[in-house]
Amino acid sequence: MVQQIKPFFLRYGPLLTTIAIFILAYITGGQMYPAMQKPQVFFNLFINDGSLLLVSIGMTLVILTGGIDLSVGGVLALTSTASAALLRMGVSPYIVIPLMICVGVGFGSMLGWIIQYLKVQPFIATLMGLFFARGMAYIISLTSVTITNDVYKTLALTPIYIPFIPRAYVYPTTLVAPVILLVAIYLSFFTRFGRTIYAMGNNEQSALLMGLSVARTKVAVYAFSGFCSALAGIVFSMSLLAGYGQFATGMELDAIASVVMGGTSLSGGVGNVIGTLFGVLIHGTIVSILQFNGTLSSWWTRIGVGALTLIFIGVQSLFYLKKKPSQGQ
Amino acid sequence: MAEAQDIIRMQGIAKSFPGVIALEAVDFSLRKGEIHALMGENGAGKSTLIKVLTGVEQPDRGTIELDGKPIQVRSPQHSQELGISTVYQEVNLCTNISVAENIMLGHEPHRFGSIDWRKMNELASKAINRLSIDVDVTQPLGNYSVAIQQMVAITRALEVLSAKVLILDEPTSSLDIHETDLLFAVMRNLKKEGIGIIFITHFLDQVYQIADRITVLRNGKLVGTFEAASLPRVELVAKMLGRSLTELNAMSKTRSQEEENKEKQTLMEAKGLGLTGSLDPVDLELNSNEILGLAGLLGSGRTEVANLIFGVDAPDKGSLTVCGEKAERFSPLESLKRGVALCPENRKAEGIVGDLTIRENIILALQARCGWFKFLSRQEQDQIADKYIKLLGIVTPSPDQLVKNLSGGNQQKVILARWLATDPKVLILDEPTRGIDVGAKTEIQKLVMKLAEEGKSCVFISSELEEVLRISHRVVVMRDRKKAAEYAGDVDDQTLIHTMAGEL
Repeated sequence: MVQQIKPFFLRYGPLLTTIAIFILAYITGGQMYPAMQKPQVFFNLFINDGSLLLVSIGMTLVILTGGIDLSVGGVLALTSTASAALLRMGVSPYIVIPLMICVGVGFGSMLGWIIQYLKVQPFIATLMGLFFARGMAYIISLTSVTITNDVYKTLALTPIYIPFIPRAYVYPTTLVAPVILLVAIYLSFFTRFGRTIYAMGNNEQSALLMGLSVARTKVAVYAFSGFCSALAGIVFSMSLLAGYGQFATGMELDAIASVVMGGTSLSGGVGNVIGTLFGVLIHGTIVSILQFNGTLSSWWTRIGVGALTLIFIGVQSLFYLKKKPSQGQ
Repeated sequence: MAEAQDIIRMQGIAKSFPGVIALEAVDFSLRKGEIHALMGENGAGKSTLIKVLTGVEQPDRGTIELDGKPIQVRSPQHSQELGISTVYQEVNLCTNISVAENIMLGHEPHRFGSIDWRKMNELASKAINRLSIDVDVTQPLGNYSVAIQQMVAITRALEVLSAKVLILDEPTSSLDIHETDLLFAVMRNLKKEGIGIIFITHFLDQVYQIADRITVLRNGKLVGTFEAASLPRVELVAKMLGRSLTELNAMSKTRSQEEENKEKQTLMEAKGLGLTGSLDPVDLELNSNEILGLAGLLGSGRTEVANLIFGVDAPDKGSLTVCGEKAERFSPLESLKRGVALCPENRKAEGIVGDLTIRENIILALQARCGWFKFLSRQEQDQIADKYIKLLGIVTPSPDQLVKNLSGGNQQKVILARWLATDPKVLILDEPTRGIDVGAKTEIQKLVMKLAEEGKSCVFISSELEEVLRISHRVVVMRDRKKAAEYAGDVDDQTLIHTMAGEL
């Protein structure tokens, strides 16, 4: 029995730690500010952090391959601004939304292609992508572009009440991220694409020698991250009913922090998107606590996230160190 | 000539790289159900021949036939499709995913568009059971030993790629005796099933244990293919080296003469040195001008002794005295200051820095000892590098060659040079001859003996008994992380083997 429990903890330890910290943080918040005990506060986490969750899901898969995608915030800003501008020109949202998704996928594929075939470091390639995308957003408009489209308004403001929980609601846009989360779970655990991500994150050379399509997978992973960022851009512009080049400044770093808090290792091959969900929820909980307090500077969010991320990296290496002897023998 | 049962027939294979002729008109054939050893020193052309067969390199000339049909191997993937699979010393699998995935990935069973995990695990267990080993296929591969990982790699080659030809490249280098036996049992089974196995190794014993035929290459040329049963061991070595064995024999004689010269002075003394969970307290004594052999199986505590003495791990028991001074603090840097140096076992991971030049690699430890701020002029650096390149006979066009471009034997010499440059009194060599060819081995052994003559003391760790016996003045045998026994250098190998096995 004990022999079975130990590998279980070694394997799922980081994930369990993340979940435990989320629950602990949430309960602490509820103790400090009784208003936080309302169920709606929990659903607000999804409403407020939907875009961050979307971006972090894409980021998780990229980091699992051993890469990084710094362009996510830029792509979000670009798609939000571009969609706002197109809507103002009178283009139908049924054209704008698919078009923006195409832009995101195209942009991501392009970065993936540059990384895979021109052998550019992911850090550099996607940093350029970030500058380019954010720059393009400002070219489209230097100021915030408001959205008056009715479809957007309806999607952004129609509450969907949660069954069995009184007065708890979310918006249609809130549902996008959980759906994509399910898609990402399916992709990463039940498809060859997903398992190839894990394999190449551990050892790209080995994955190649195992006959897996490493090149295609790498391009596809960045394309998927671009897809998530574009979706995040649409969700973001819907909830604020605006598009602006300044949206989501620094979100790439919040996303990376959430992914790491979720137990995914930056060296690739270890972690999963479920952990990322809890990483994002922890981020949201810290923000909520600060909001309920009302007097603290919002920079405490960054400090809190920073401290927790460091703790997680520490926990990860502890697990790694424990695991090492068994690998040696 | 044209035997029907040949699976692979390579004829007149030639390959040259800029400045080097790697292969010159080499013929090679592999029969069905045969274990064929491919032997030769480093740089003899073994790797290139295998690379040509597996499509990593394209030959300049020559033909390859598979089952009598001419083929052109375009890429490693293509060779796998043709049924030629390679299992390398460093297992090319992914340690983070499960054993089952490592076996099945790329050919995994699907159900309703998603991976059918249950069926995949079932198929994988069935496949690995064929090698009659017991493995939980749902565990991550990294939880298992290298030996099991190799078995998994073999299983993948056989099951998923339905290999007809299996190339095992130095598979036993990191295995202990039991694991090697297990691998050999598997190889014999596969042989019965009609699979052709190309076996590359440096261990002569193992070749004679298992191989049917032996092909020897030297300097890119074919020396010949022989029936293992009719080729005496001495002759095989002679063929590989292209010279007689008198040199080797001469060496052991110089040692016995040297022994007369007894002026014992204790240079280093460890009393009850140990670390909880790593090594039980050990007493060791090292005299000047002495080579102390440290023998034992893999995991017996050999490397742990070295790590404690060098301060890689700090001991929590006992004491260490070097040159009459008791060691207070333990760290590699302190050890260097004490005059102790360690050439670690894992050359690639712990020793060389492949992307630096030979000169820079040699200077490294000296620089660390002098401190970061004391500047060694380029001229001094060049002098030191040139001195050791000449002294150790490192084969290179210039000291500015990147170390990763050198052969294994030469890399080992660079590491040796690095520590010699710090002018240590005690030199610990952990498996200095592992994975290098017979010629280079002999050279390293000679070097160590020369160093001892010149006043250095060496702790020589090796899993090859023959080698330990040949050069050591005294031999300490480790077993189960304890010191099992200590013998004079003229002990016979039977006694050692029995001690290592725990029968004495």
